[in-house]
Amino acid sequence: MNDQVTTAKQLPIQEPQKIDEHIVEIVSDSGEGAQKCGQTFGAIGGKMGNGIWTVEIIPAEIQPPARTPAGGSGNRIRVGSKIMTNMGNEADLVVGFNEQVLYARIANGAYKDGTIVLLENKWASDPQEKIRDEYAFAVDEFKKNGLIVHELPMEEECLKIVKNARKGKNMFVLGMLCRIYNRDPKLGLNEIHNTFKHKGDKVVKPNQDLFNSGYEFAKNNLEYFYDIPPYEGSDKDLDRIIVTNGNTAVGLGVMASGMEMISMYPITPATSATHYVAEVYHNVGGFIHQAEDEIAAVGFAIGASYAGKTACTITSGPGMALKTELIGLAVMGEIPLVIVDVQRGGPSTGLPTKVEQSDLLAALYGEPGDAPKIIIAAATIPECFEFVIMARKLAEEFRTPVILLTDANLATGVQPWLRPDIKEEWFSAPIDQSPWDKKVPAYDWDENTGLSQRPIPGQPDGMYVLTGLSHTERSKVSYNSETNQLTSQHRSRKIAALQSTLKAPVIHGVDSQEDEGDLLVVAWGSTIGAIEEAVNILKADGHKIASLHLRFLSPLEPGLRDIFSRYKKVMTIEINYSDDPDGPMITEENRRYAQLANVLRAQFVVDIDCWSVVYGHPLQPGLLVDELTKRLDAMNA
Amino acid sequence: MFGIKADWSLEVFERYFTLDDYGAGGDVRWCSGCGDFAILNTVHRILRDAQVAPELSVAVSGIGCSSRMPHYMGTYGLHGLHGRALPLANGIKSRRPELDVWVATGDGDCFSIGAGPWLHSMHLNMDMVILVFDNGIYGLTKKQTSPTTKQGTKTNTHPQGAILPPLNPLTITLGITNISFVAQVVDWNPPLLYETIKAAHQHRGTSFVRVLQRCPVFSEEFTKPLQDNPDQFTLLEHEDGITIDDNVKRLFHNVVEHDPKDWLGAMKYARDQENIPLGILFKDPDAIVYEDHSSVGVGMTNEEKVAGLNAAFDKFSI
Repeated sequence: MNDQVTTAKQLPIQEPQKIDEHIVEIVSDSGEGAQKCGQTFGAIGGKMGNGIWTVEIIPAEIQPPARTPAGGSGNRIRVGSKIMTNMGNEADLVVGFNEQVLYARIANGAYKDGTIVLLENKWASDPQEKIRDEYAFAVDEFKKNGLIVHELPMEEECLKIVKNARKGKNMFVLGMLCRIYNRDPKLGLNEIHNTFKHKGDKVVKPNQDLFNSGYEFAKNNLEYFYDIPPYEGSDKDLDRIIVTNGNTAVGLGVMASGMEMISMYPITPATSATHYVAEVYHNVGGFIHQAEDEIAAVGFAIGASYAGKTACTITSGPGMALKTELIGLAVMGEIPLVIVDVQRGGPSTGLPTKVEQSDLLAALYGEPGDAPKIIIAAATIPECFEFVIMARKLAEEFRTPVILLTDANLATGVQPWLRPDIKEEWFSAPIDQSPWDKKVPAYDWDENTGLSQRPIPGQPDGMYVLTGLSHTERSKVSYNSETNQLTSQHRSRKIAALQSTLKAPVIHGVDSQEDEGDLLVVAWGSTIGAIEEAVNILKADGHKIASLHLRFLSPLEPGLRDIFSRYKKVMTIEINYSDDPDGPMITEENRRYAQLANVLRAQFVVDIDCWSVVYGHPLQPGLLVDELTKRLDAMNA
Repeated sequence: MFGIKADWSLEVFERYFTLDDYGAGGDVRWCSGCGDFAILNTVHRILRDAQVAPELSVAVSGIGCSSRMPHYMGTYGLHGLHGRALPLANGIKSRRPELDVWVATGDGDCFSIGAGPWLHSMHLNMDMVILVFDNGIYGLTKKQTSPTTKQGTKTNTHPQGAILPPLNPLTITLGITNISFVAQVVDWNPPLLYETIKAAHQHRGTSFVRVLQRCPVFSEEFTKPLQDNPDQFTLLEHEDGITIDDNVKRLFHNVVEHDPKDWLGAMKYARDQENIPLGILFKDPDAIVYEDHSSVGVGMTNEEKVAGLNAAFDKFSI
């Protein structure tokens, strides 16, 4: 895709080269504003009708040392002429504020032979010899590895406008990128105005000057000038497009669900959802409670739910671990509750800012005793929104906790999506305070479905004591063995009852749902974009491959046994740990499978294979194509 | 009715609740001689006297002997998990401030496994009564050392005697910011128990009442010496706290005036191991009550919500 640079080109270039998509990265030390630059660049693309997928590059520390690989902070933006569903493969163009921060990205496999690197060159003349040497060494090494490095005097250019280039270089870079990708500079200037207007003209003006300066600099000094046309139909969408990350979508979902309470404790990467809601929750009559710990957070939410106001708690893996006992109480006492788990790398503190899908088994089986509950997983950013609304309804209808799994990839990925039409029916109904029929027990379980209505405090004659102890239909403590067997059965039946209302999943990559093939990939959560893109590429190559993405994990969606039987081989692709079957010591008898594979193997007694990794970054379609090709070739050999 | 016109009585009380309305009707299963009965009966009487509609009252508890209390109440109840009664109770109150909330907890449930929630719930100061049934021992699990077990007491976990001196729940509670009501009482003096818990119930905010409670099975030595020698107590009296009946005063010889606004004075009494304070140590009607904030927006109409939501989405339009 990248043409080799020839110095012979006449600058400025007049006609942009049309391309389908590019992946751009902006990486700086923490605090230099690369993230803001990337977000703004992404937003401008959205406004111009491009498909966008943005991934934050986040250091794990607040103020990591400058000029270190671990300190790299920034953004990756995939921008193209189609709707983007994942972060794509290696980057096409990178802006580096120093050379060291790029090392971590290289180690992550983010760049390829031919990736253009626009690198700050002030380090070449740094007063410290060590830094000059590091820089020279890195530039040399980058070039040897096939990167096309342009050493640019960004700092020098910025100093013509501001005294401290550390604040503002990001807007200079934004200007460069807007020229390189033929963005309307008015949109850029507008974004800057909106970002800084609360600080006054004093701040807006120099940032706009920096932007213009970057734009002109790129025009007069760089050979790159691209045009990425809007995707077809984007003009119809434009006035309905909103741009958010997955955590904000979750926050909007909570507000749209009518839940009036989020009870939380700070944890990465979940907390930004509540940061957002905290700013606006009062406008829809809601309140965020920051509890003293994860346990109290879920306890407080359960209290609100018990009193009739179904509440939500938002957390990540370590928080889930702490909440298990109270989630068990909510299952046992049949209290509606929504738990959002924004998954991160584990176990223990693990990789707080990185993506993993490692909480599925903990969500399913985390509680001691049998604790059936509903578990759903959002695959896309719009689903982060929609599924919270669904979760609240399911929680109330089925009188149970609902766990919604998202992950760090969705949480921090930014994508344009279509603004929903708000419906009042999404909100919870006002709590019932009419007299309860005394003859009806607090747990009037339907024998077949296990479902029952619950009395809400304030309802005359509905008085009962909710308890985590084994209890009768009138919620009286019972150590009777029959009661425990029967009530366990009722709680479990609710999950089956829900399954009976679900549709079979849609298979991606087949012309009719009765189609069959060689390989079926089964997956869940944020990997959908990368997997479907890989499947499309392989299908175009003539392979008989399809994929299926599960949204319901407890209960599983119906019809899976039949679907699996139509493929020669079924495998899961997940971002969690599984043993490589060819690894030392690993045998058929001790191989540990990826989490969904485990669940499916146990449920269907089918020899479902898996491929899963825990590198902490989202899956790349290119990597999946390679892995799946190996499997397909082995099958056809 | 004797001498009272029926229509007059009907006019005043559309629904009149009797003690039976506040009980659960079944057996109360605490050991014979347990101080919990006295606390339960007192709560029933206070509810009856205040004529709180049973459906508007919620009894919340954790785990332990004390925490069976909701099962013996005719109100709504939430028998939660060990140490977690307070977050549950706070959550109930958060969006339903009109509910009358009682928490029954014990020295293990509150001061040990529930220590975090204890501190932070006092800080939140939501309007509820916390009754700590403190018998200085774990009863339900059969005689393990609790945070308030006296040093040297032989328990199943410390058969050679409890190693450490006990925690002082009063000084700890008094040390928390934004507290609004701290009291101590004994279960074996019904008028004092009634007056103290009634004052707690009438106070708006978190009313912390440590009830020194008899456990005749596992920790007789915790309360027996106190029962035998009431001179070990100092009774705190004040027109702004509780006033004490002369009959009660006859039992306790040390009665002092203590203004519950006086925090330093409260701390002094709380620290005193020789003259154990009974009555209201501290009261601050001006402390922030958390549900005044957490319940903002309750009852917002759907139209308002839709407008708020649309405004939220507008911010993300491009």
